[in-house]
Amino acid sequence: MLLGLHPIMSPQGSISVDSTSYGDMTHRFPVGFKGAEHSHPFGNMGELFRSEEMTLAQLFLQSEAAYCCVSELGEIGMVQFRDLNPDVNVFQRKFVNEVRRCEEMDRKLRFVEKEIKKANIPIVDTGENPEVPFPRDMIDMEATFEKLENELKEINTNQEALKKNFLELTELKHILRRTQQFFDEMEDPSLLEESSTLMDPNDPNRGAPLRLGFVAGVISRERIPTFERMLWRVCRGNVFLRQADIEDPLEDPTTSDQVHKSVFIIFFQGDQLKNRVKKICEGFRATLYPCPETPQERKEMLAGVNARIDDLQMVLNQTEDHRQRVLQAAAKTVRVWFIKVRKMKAIYHTLNLCNIDVTQKCLIAEEKSGSTVPSILNRMQTKQTPPTYNKTNKFTSGFQNIVDAYGIGSYREINPAPYTIITFPFLFAVMFGDFGHGVLMTCAALYLVLRESRLTAQKNDNEMFSMVFAGRYIILLMGIFSVYTGIIYNDCFSKSLNVFGSGWSVRPMFDSRLGGNWSFETLAENKVLQLDPTVDGVFKGPYPIGIDPIWNMATNKLTFLNSFKMKMSVILGVIHMLFGVTLSLFNHLYFKKPLNIYLGFIPEIVFMFSLFGYLVILIFYKWLSYDARSSRDAPSLLIAFINMFLFNYNDPSNKPLYRGQKAIQILLVLIALACVPCMLIVKTLVLRRQHLWRKNLGTENFAGIRVGNGPTEDEAEIIQHDQLSQQYDDEPEFNFADVAVHQAIHTIEYCLGCISNTASYLRLWALSLAHAQLSEVLWSMVMHIGLSTRSLAGFILLAIVFYFFAVLTVAILLVMEGLSAFLHALRLHWVEFQNKFYSGQGFKFLPFTFDSILDGRFED
Amino acid sequence: MPSLLFCGPKMAACGIVISIWGVIMLAMLGIFFSAKSAVLIEDVPFTEEDIRNDKNPPQNIYSLYNQVGINCFIAAAIYVAVGAVSLCQVRLNKRQEYMVT
Repeated sequence: MLLGLHPIMSPQGSISVDSTSYGDMTHRFPVGFKGAEHSHPFGNMGELFRSEEMTLAQLFLQSEAAYCCVSELGEIGMVQFRDLNPDVNVFQRKFVNEVRRCEEMDRKLRFVEKEIKKANIPIVDTGENPEVPFPRDMIDMEATFEKLENELKEINTNQEALKKNFLELTELKHILRRTQQFFDEMEDPSLLEESSTLMDPNDPNRGAPLRLGFVAGVISRERIPTFERMLWRVCRGNVFLRQADIEDPLEDPTTSDQVHKSVFIIFFQGDQLKNRVKKICEGFRATLYPCPETPQERKEMLAGVNARIDDLQMVLNQTEDHRQRVLQAAAKTVRVWFIKVRKMKAIYHTLNLCNIDVTQKCLIAEEKSGSTVPSILNRMQTKQTPPTYNKTNKFTSGFQNIVDAYGIGSYREINPAPYTIITFPFLFAVMFGDFGHGVLMTCAALYLVLRESRLTAQKNDNEMFSMVFAGRYIILLMGIFSVYTGIIYNDCFSKSLNVFGSGWSVRPMFDSRLGGNWSFETLAENKVLQLDPTVDGVFKGPYPIGIDPIWNMATNKLTFLNSFKMKMSVILGVIHMLFGVTLSLFNHLYFKKPLNIYLGFIPEIVFMFSLFGYLVILIFYKWLSYDARSSRDAPSLLIAFINMFLFNYNDPSNKPLYRGQKAIQILLVLIALACVPCMLIVKTLVLRRQHLWRKNLGTENFAGIRVGNGPTEDEAEIIQHDQLSQQYDDEPEFNFADVAVHQAIHTIEYCLGCISNTASYLRLWALSLAHAQLSEVLWSMVMHIGLSTRSLAGFILLAIVFYFFAVLTVAILLVMEGLSAFLHALRLHWVEFQNKFYSGQGFKFLPFTFDSILDGRFED
Repeated sequence: MPSLLFCGPKMAACGIVISIWGVIMLAMLGIFFSAKSAVLIEDVPFTEEDIRNDKNPPQNIYSLYNQVGINCFIAAAIYVAVGAVSLCQVRLNKRQEYMVT
């Protein structure tokens, strides 16, 4: 009975299911990766910075139990199943019949749902999670849905027929009413007189009534003009058309749209014309109704029609009531039904991935133990790369998504997401530095965060909103960081806050004892004056936090801020990149690749540090070593840096920053240059040598033998037998040219990248400048108008102007500028930061779970 | 009784948000103008004459500062009123919602 345990080859970390069944059939069920127990040496720490460890495992299930087991696994949602028979056609799989039946039920339910939605009945969503139905319940469910569908279809057909009938009667009623009017007019002698006079004044039969034939019918209103023209042309003007609109729209029974129609009556003479007219009516889809000739008959008919309409209306109402009752009953349970059916389908779909093996009934004899077979979970060793699974919570998931959008991390690679939590909002805020805007953004994000449970329950379908909602924690952090950078830039809606009192003072400039040389004449003569910090008391020391508010009023504010922000961007950028390179060290350590450390990481970091790290040090040195008195002699950093590469130290306009600068700079450049061949050539050569050495060693030791991963021979055998072994690849051939080219590209990319990436970080400066300028423009173009009115009634203008100011601030500065700063921060992370250490070539762990079914997302 | 409801729930929420912002910001601006903040000098509508014909400098400028400050306070008060109306609308909207369902 019990059969076979036949392991499936497996990588570290997954679950493979073998199930056995009666007789000698062995059902092997599929396998997936599951999140490992926390056995990592670093405990949870390791899990935060790297993806979770995965185990490949096999699951052997008795085939009766398989369904229930898989359903439980689906509820837990921790296992990803692998397809064990990838080359088997979908239609040849074991449970294809069940899947098809589930699909049929799903289709029926969708039909019912559509009807419910059409009837505007709300679908009850209790948030309940129904159990997976047993396979034997499937027949019941099928019967229920079948009955419901048939009932609905029957009601629909009946209703349609009734409605059609009703429509015809209503149209007939209208025709009878309207035509009565036409006939009355015709018999009106004055009218007749006039028309016949006009038609033919010399007619000898004048006054005698003509024997005219007529047809009456109904046509949709928009067709009238063409209909009229066509009649005129075909009958050469020998017919007389009268028409009148029906005021209330009529309901089309098939589409249940409201259509406007008109009644028409056509008078003509002779049979030939009659045929023509009828054909045209047919062509225009006009409905013709018999209309009695005498008024008496018409009256009787009208009475009959009215009576029938009343009866029909009653029947229609009853049908509609019945339909509503059926649909309302269905609306209460349709969601639960959907979930049940879809869960079932998912389970059968998963079971289809399982391996059901009829041939290999070996090995199992010992396992025979009565009638019940315990399910067996077997861990497996594998060389296959497991999927990447990063545990997230509602706070980190947004940041993980940012990283994943670039590429899913390779298995157990350093995960940049934890660092992104801080660096991303920070870099964003550097570009978005404004206290006021930061506070607004924080408030908006706080609203989303504090109300999150209520907002989640509302299930808003708006795509824009759900995108913002998913990123609420990112926005919150971005807002808080913007408040911080806003304080540093001392910007609040482009105005500075003077909390601690400016460190600059104008008064000493007028005091000649202190060296000031201003007088009231100077003020009168000059439009712009520059404060001189060398005069005692003019500059009393830096502002306690951030930029001194006096700069907000200075005309040379931009010159000052640009220099500051540019240097700041370079410093932040170089630190960010050095951090990225350092993270690559941990990758190399973890994957035990010493060669990558000695010939990859070390030359890389030395190269970067000796060029750009040195630049950062120079920036700080220049800030610290020059004061107000000596600042006139301060050399330009940019020129000094360019000269460093040109080995040009004879420039008289640019004095050295410190003694011994020449020697140190030449040394640094040489060190940096020496790093390039290390990465470019030496690493390739060492790789080749190692390969040759291993090859020699390998031949001595019977090359090609793969040491079995498992403890027994069986497992080794299985590895070879299993279909999965196809996915095994042998140790890649060492191709010297390939490796050399690859290494050369990497080196060139890195070295040039250092330069271009550093320049790329200047976007921090550019965007923060743009943001500050834009908010200043908004203030001076909008808010300024409201504030600077001299009349006392200015408050009305101010209130109106403030409204526009608020709207524009949100639309332009928060949304538009925020998006652009977001994109640039994203780019800095993806390109400048992550390419230093992150390969992002893994694939995502997609556990088999019912969660998405519960959420109402049904895509397979 | 005729309904006093004249705007929808979103409009009313928008009104509340903008009036909270308006009250805080305009009141702060009012305080800063009354305190004669130097940073705000660009927004004070003074002319050359105000400076030249000032018998007791800088009183002319200061009175302009005060005037703008008062404007700000009144505008803030207007936004208090707007906020109150919006709040009523939110209440009315909520009541309507209960009545419908």
